[in-house]
Amino acid sequence: MALSDKDRIFTNLYGQESWTLPAARARGDWDGTAGLIQQGRDWLVQQVKDSGLRGRGGAGFPTGLKWSFMPKVSDGRPSYLVVNADESEPGTCKDRDIIRHDPHKLIEGCLIAGAAMGAVAGYIYIRGEYANEAIILESAVAEAYAAGLLGKNAAGSGHDYDLYVHRGAGAYICGEETALIESLEGKKGMPRLKPPFPAAVGLYGCPTTVNNVETIAVVPTILRRGAAWFAGFGRPKNQGTKIFCISGHVNKPCNVEAEMSIPLRELIDTYAGGVRGGWDNLLAVIPGGSSTPMIPKSVCDDVLMDFDALRDHKTGLGTAGVIVMDKSTDLIRAIARLSQFYKHESCGQCTPCREGMGWVKRVMDRMVEGRAEVAEIDVLEQVTRQIEGHTICALADGGVWPVQGLIRHFRPMMEARIAAYKGRSMPLAAE
Amino acid sequence: MTAFVFDAESEQKIAAILPRYPAGKQASAVIPLLYVVQKQMGRATGSTWVPREAMDAVAERLGMAPIRVYEVATFYLMFNTTPVGRFHLQICGTTPCWLRGSDEVLRACRDAGGLKGYGDTSADGHFTLTEVECLGACVNAPILCVDEDFYEDLDYARTVALIESLKRGERPAHGSTIGRQTSAPEGGPMVLTGAET
Repeated sequence: MALSDKDRIFTNLYGQESWTLPAARARGDWDGTAGLIQQGRDWLVQQVKDSGLRGRGGAGFPTGLKWSFMPKVSDGRPSYLVVNADESEPGTCKDRDIIRHDPHKLIEGCLIAGAAMGAVAGYIYIRGEYANEAIILESAVAEAYAAGLLGKNAAGSGHDYDLYVHRGAGAYICGEETALIESLEGKKGMPRLKPPFPAAVGLYGCPTTVNNVETIAVVPTILRRGAAWFAGFGRPKNQGTKIFCISGHVNKPCNVEAEMSIPLRELIDTYAGGVRGGWDNLLAVIPGGSSTPMIPKSVCDDVLMDFDALRDHKTGLGTAGVIVMDKSTDLIRAIARLSQFYKHESCGQCTPCREGMGWVKRVMDRMVEGRAEVAEIDVLEQVTRQIEGHTICALADGGVWPVQGLIRHFRPMMEARIAAYKGRSMPLAAE
Repeated sequence: MTAFVFDAESEQKIAAILPRYPAGKQASAVIPLLYVVQKQMGRATGSTWVPREAMDAVAERLGMAPIRVYEVATFYLMFNTTPVGRFHLQICGTTPCWLRGSDEVLRACRDAGGLKGYGDTSADGHFTLTEVECLGACVNAPILCVDEDFYEDLDYARTVALIESLKRGERPAHGSTIGRQTSAPEGGPMVLTGAET
């Protein structure tokens, strides 16, 4: 059963109405916020746990559990909430819509989440390229301050809370939470070794939780409508609603909020006008942003869009950025371009990533031409296994998974490309 | 170039930026201040870039070693450490945009902008062309970012038209170039239409 509009959280997803405070209030934002906060930290965390909400930034970590890692009693250091609005995963553009069309959902979520983890302030780290979106967000924060919803006794909750917008400047790596913290401190975005985890030592050495925009923005609605309401969508451990971004070879690319565990085919056919040329013209889909391995049409036919179903097919829900590729696609080139992306975005700190991303890109470029030996496909696969899991952060993992997905499902295509190249370059025998 | 001096508009912005960070943590303001510099250079010279003298001024203002500012200015792609043309054309060439025809956007920029390829600045100083990685507007691909504005749902003809308007000194409204309502499907939203009771 398709999600109905009354159960959609982001009712201004496309910016049909104004983003400003009066319009946001009319949509139900900032309604009874103080009362929710006054239920106390433990209640807030428990509600979020009960809702089954898992982080919407890619990793899918249970949000309530993450919040519960924050110290209950301060040792003198302040605690911070940092919101990750560094949306840069190719295929993903959902946080952009929340920020430019529903910023008050995010701001109210920041206040409530801040109260739930005992934070004194929040920083929203927005990617630099979202310059126009940052202007809206800053204006919305200013509106909230002017209306007494932030600052001293924020929204009449008895809780003092400041919220700031901080722009990044073009570095995918800053979407990694510790790189983001480094960047926010005024340094190069190079991930930190964990432990210590940010909940113990984060921003300015203080306890910090980093959450994705969508994760924070759904919280006020979950609390108002009840954990059970949210948990009623999707399969167990995969609950809730979710914004999907459907790009690539569909008739009508779009963002849409749908229920978790929706079949991929239904998502594409119902909301994105179907695959260009019809479902049978489908070749493969990258289901959750560029880091998640592609799945061939045979899997797409009946796979469900949630964390566990996609994991069973050796891929993931990631950010729910669905990149659709029809039969006209040069899949090898599509993945080689992603290899170029990860090479470009490696921060250079860990050798397997700094050297490996470049090596993988160069080999993939040859695979696009077919200028390789068939045995090199195995070498490539082997090297990706050497890179994976051997770096501080997950950038390199995300960089090699698309290549692994290509080899897993489309090895014959790579072999045919190599054979075709050899056929072209082989001197013709004299007749 | 002689020492860089923040102008009055920049000083006003800096005064608003610094209080966002706790006492003693003003290094956090390095990225915001580099943006202030780049904007000021745009106002003063028509080219949005960050000269080294300005990095030194940022270092002095924030009490940082200059090398820490150089590191940041060169790590983050959005800071231009060499001058750029009046309009900075940034094409997203990452897979979601490539699937929707970013090669055609590149061809249009070359043809209409008088550009040889990525990294080039046109002879008239109007345009600098850069390939950027995913801009985060994939359902409106392909995207051309002009300075800080996204032009979406482009093809060859619409990209040429955009560049011709920029040459005439016009600045078309940014967003979808085919009249789509932001990220809603072409032809209008299928949900949130108010049709459900």
